[in-house]
Amino acid sequence: MSRIEPSMSPDTAFFWEGVAQGRLLVQRCGGCDALRHPPRPMCPACNSLAWDPYETTGRGQVYSFVMPRHPRYPGFDDPHIAVLVELEEGLRLVSNLGEVEPEDVTIGMPVEVFYATFEGGIVLPQFRPAAPT
Amino acid sequence: MTAWLKDRAAIVGIGQTEFSKASGRTELQLACEAVKAALDDAGLRPSDVDGLVTFTMDTSDEIEVARNLGIPHLSMFSRIPYGGGAAAGTVLHAAMAVATGVADVVVCYRAFNERSGFRFGDTGSVLGGGLPLWLSWYAPYGLLTPASWVALHARRYMHTYGVTNEHFGAIAVVDRHHAATNPDAWFYQRPITLADHQASRWIVEPVLRLLDCCQESDGGAALVITTADRARDLAHRPALITAAAQGAGGDGEMMTSYYRDDLTGLPEMGVVAQQLWKASGLRPSHITTAFLYDHFTPFVLMQLEELGFCGRGEAKDFATVENLSIGGVLPINTNGGLLGEAYLHGMNGITESVRQIRGTACNQVPDVEHILVTAGTGVPTSGLILSPSA
Ligand SMILES: [Zn+2]
Repeated sequence: MSRIEPSMSPDTAFFWEGVAQGRLLVQRCGGCDALRHPPRPMCPACNSLAWDPYETTGRGQVYSFVMPRHPRYPGFDDPHIAVLVELEEGLRLVSNLGEVEPEDVTIGMPVEVFYATFEGGIVLPQFRPAAPT
Repeated sequence: MTAWLKDRAAIVGIGQTEFSKASGRTELQLACEAVKAALDDAGLRPSDVDGLVTFTMDTSDEIEVARNLGIPHLSMFSRIPYGGGAAAGTVLHAAMAVATGVADVVVCYRAFNERSGFRFGDTGSVLGGGLPLWLSWYAPYGLLTPASWVALHARRYMHTYGVTNEHFGAIAVVDRHHAATNPDAWFYQRPITLADHQASRWIVEPVLRLLDCCQESDGGAALVITTADRARDLAHRPALITAAAQGAGGDGEMMTSYYRDDLTGLPEMGVVAQQLWKASGLRPSHITTAFLYDHFTPFVLMQLEELGFCGRGEAKDFATVENLSIGGVLPINTNGGLLGEAYLHGMNGITESVRQIRGTACNQVPDVEHILVTAGTGVPTSGLILSPSA
């Protein structure tokens, strides 16, 4: 299974380095502690340029999801689920939903991150229904 | 926008090429043909033109267009970003230029071989220089097309207000019905029914079927803008620019603004709407007909709410075939829209609106007083209100 390799910049490299280590990192502002994603240089709340990586729990819920059917791309099951996850920390990110049939997915359902390695060593965060806690 | 610009400038000429899937000529030639047609329509010469405005995405340089047309000099040129969001923005910039005396006659143009040339969602072309940074948050997960980006946003809207794909079908049916009687339309004489819509295959399940998505086109369109004073001496009834506005919302991306507090609106269009109503002094009930950017049907429903034609969550009941067809409370996209006529990134909505003002549209709405035109949705965008008289 091949996937398109993400590009990175000095602003975003930490996210992908975290993913490679099995950690889902976001930025935490050095000025006001606000969390943000996708990564960018400046905090919109306090304009601080200082930040450090903050490890999320990797748990959240399905905020929206769709199944792209056409065009088909190699490396994806048909159907595959693209999901917008709202993390416990209140941030959203786009990923895929696995280990579940499309008809069993509902908006609001609890999900948790896992990591999948694709052709060429590309590692991506993926989500699946959360194990009961 | 303040009311200062109100009715000071007008669209006095429109031009377009044929709309096709393979133009067989260069984008520059299409641009030149459209600009020439618009000037001929206005009864103006290339030597009258001193300003050009186009989209940042356009491949035809202003100086090349000027060189081909024989425009002797340009005192004003600007480009508007964000794809189809630029359409009405070109008119805003042109209107500002002529109203302030920076330019006398400005031509706005957009021309491309979008179908036969570069295509969105083509991984080969996307990957040529590595994945763009913003796309790195989406493409690895299979969200590679505008349809998929729009659908992930619209799904949340559907969930919140109980909207289904069938509700979107009304937009496709209206557009294709209007296109069926427009000889310029790609889908001329090919109307569809709601059953056809529901039988078309999924592009992005469960949001977009094939008939919810516009098709890429080849073609060009151009608009000539000058002052309202000068417009009075020209060939056609001017389409006065009663209001023109651009808008971007906070915490947005070009087409993937998934990080805002809620995903049930189009904040960019809200910024545009607020300015249009304030500057014009008009309300939605004053609009006789509208061209609502319809590259994907769900965002037409969301626009109706954002523009105030109905309340939040009410578009699924408001957007019926009856209401949106000629004779209904708000006829839309009388040329067939982007779904039915061509996907000229919204510029063909402006040309159609000018025809409605002149009374020369093939699906003419009687007694047009004010017409509202929107540009691209889900992106930083723009809008216009045009009127036959102040
Ligand atoms: Zn901060």
